[in-house]
Amino acid sequence: MTTTTTQPSPTRGESTLTAPVAGKRADKVFKGVALAAGVLILVVLAAVSMFLLVQAWPLIGGDQTANSETISTFTGGKAHSFWGYVGPLLFGTVLVAALALVIAFFVSVGIALFISHYAPRRLAAVLSYIVDLLAAIPSVIYGLWGGLVLVPSIYPFWNWVAQYLGWIPLFAGPASNPPRTVATVALVLAIMILPIITSMARDIFQQTPKLLEEAALGLGATKWEMIKLAVLPFGKSGIVSASMLGLGRALGETMAVLMILSPGLKYSFKLLQASQNQTIAANIAAQYPEADSIGVSVLIGTGLVLFVLTFLVNLLARRITEKAGK
Amino acid sequence: MSQPTIDFDKFKPTRSYIAARKRKDIVMRVLIVLAFIVALIPLISLLWTTVVRGVTRLNWDFLSHNMTNVIGGNPTPSGGYGGILHAVIGTLEITLGAMLISIPVGVMCAVYLIEYAGKSRLATTIHLLVDVMSGIPSIVAGLFAYSMFALVVGPGTINGFEGSVALSLLMIPTVVKTTEEMLKIVPNDLREASLALGVTKQRTITKIVLRTALPGIVSGSILAIARVIGETAPLLMTAGYIVSTNMNLFSGEMTTLPVYVYQEYSKYRANCSAEAATGCVTTIPMERAWSAALVLILLVLILNLIGRIVARVFSAKKK
Repeated sequence: MTTTTTQPSPTRGESTLTAPVAGKRADKVFKGVALAAGVLILVVLAAVSMFLLVQAWPLIGGDQTANSETISTFTGGKAHSFWGYVGPLLFGTVLVAALALVIAFFVSVGIALFISHYAPRRLAAVLSYIVDLLAAIPSVIYGLWGGLVLVPSIYPFWNWVAQYLGWIPLFAGPASNPPRTVATVALVLAIMILPIITSMARDIFQQTPKLLEEAALGLGATKWEMIKLAVLPFGKSGIVSASMLGLGRALGETMAVLMILSPGLKYSFKLLQASQNQTIAANIAAQYPEADSIGVSVLIGTGLVLFVLTFLVNLLARRITEKAGK
Repeated sequence: MSQPTIDFDKFKPTRSYIAARKRKDIVMRVLIVLAFIVALIPLISLLWTTVVRGVTRLNWDFLSHNMTNVIGGNPTPSGGYGGILHAVIGTLEITLGAMLISIPVGVMCAVYLIEYAGKSRLATTIHLLVDVMSGIPSIVAGLFAYSMFALVVGPGTINGFEGSVALSLLMIPTVVKTTEEMLKIVPNDLREASLALGVTKQRTITKIVLRTALPGIVSGSILAIARVIGETAPLLMTAGYIVSTNMNLFSGEMTTLPVYVYQEYSKYRANCSAEAATGCVTTIPMERAWSAALVLILLVLILNLIGRIVARVFSAKKK
């Protein structure tokens, strides 16, 4: 970006000393390959949308009665049109991801503050290392743990919540046992996106100008007041875009949802009851093995909806970061 | 006129006000430490259960056999209960395929963005699209690979290479981003010195810039591999699932470790008939799932460690 290509000298061509000895062709080829790799990214994304559209085409241009029959068999006769099918799925996806974000947000900002401002320096280094490692644990293992360890052990807690907070419509009882519910799934997803949000928030918090912090402390602020006055306003946009990325991850998460949630197709906020909602991603993975060609088209159509949704969320995150950068 | 007397005591904070501020400070401190501890509980539980339940069936027989001749919960002739050899081979081959696609493409794309494109329109577009790509849900990547092979090769195609394509879609953005970061760090003086000596741009990039940035690129790529090696959803629909070992990446279904974990999890229980041998274990699928999960976690953590060690060892040398 700041380098210039070798300048041709005025005597070029006359003297063999100033002309490049060799490698001119390699130079051109290399540049071409680099350009091709860059353009390939454009092509691949175009191909993603195109191939998905082509495969989902029977949904729009094909036989509509066959489509609605397929959707009816998928849902046991509950939905007959594509939007009637994808609507509850979209609702479930957003509900689960938003809940996970709400749970993860406060905890991960807390952890990030702990690492950046409270923990002793040596401990903080170890902790940030652990957080980074946790981000790499495969989702199938979170699903396995959620399904076999968390589900049996969390029932008493949800039962308690349903008993004492049951007057809030969200927690309407009775709590299902085993709790293969939206609440449990949201908890597992929250644990999964925790490391992502934490590591980004921590990086931002650590960049807070020392002068701002010292100024706040020098005016007699307590540590928390210092964080409220200097650290949080500085890191605000970073936290927001980190949570957007976490949300994007939670929206597209398949395995943990597939392995824990007992699916349903309702517009329902009953977090503690089983068979209420399902997410798009988990639905694709669950229905895919038994789907015929029209069924696959329908599933790919729902995949496109998910693609657009995560695209918008990521774009929003990028906008926020860009605005903050200016 | 006498000076107005200022009652400074009026501005003094009341004792209860100071106490309230202090209390709030302590409350927040406790909350932050609590958030940390609360988050640690599930993570420790996850690692602990995986290790404890995983080691019960993790032995050489488990690592060196596949799932052929495994009937219900009965032991196989070799004395084990089936294993993950086919899944380990599948994981390695599919990930290697993804690596071979995405590392050259990713590195060259980053070279284009940093060394050639500058701030052109194309570069900004590619930047944006790389960001978009890094947010693609893994299952959509699987659907893409499936649709592409269905259109190009023929409907219903399932093979390991299809899985590699799906994974490389998830891997390329990570490789591009880390390589870009590394190329940005390479001092401009190095480039200018090389170009001033009359070295062509291609040689400057391959011999000076990329060589300087190599440790960073290697560690970034290893971290990207660690990320995709645990992907399950895209492989469910592209690579399929079989019980025997398939060495051919380009034809036939292939099992990978995460898919194996999922399949064993969904079996839930194995059958043991009344006249079955005494060694029959009904809970064997779950035990196999935990052992495979342990192997997978170890694989991911070791890759992560190697990546970080490479980054640390070689970056220290620069100083």
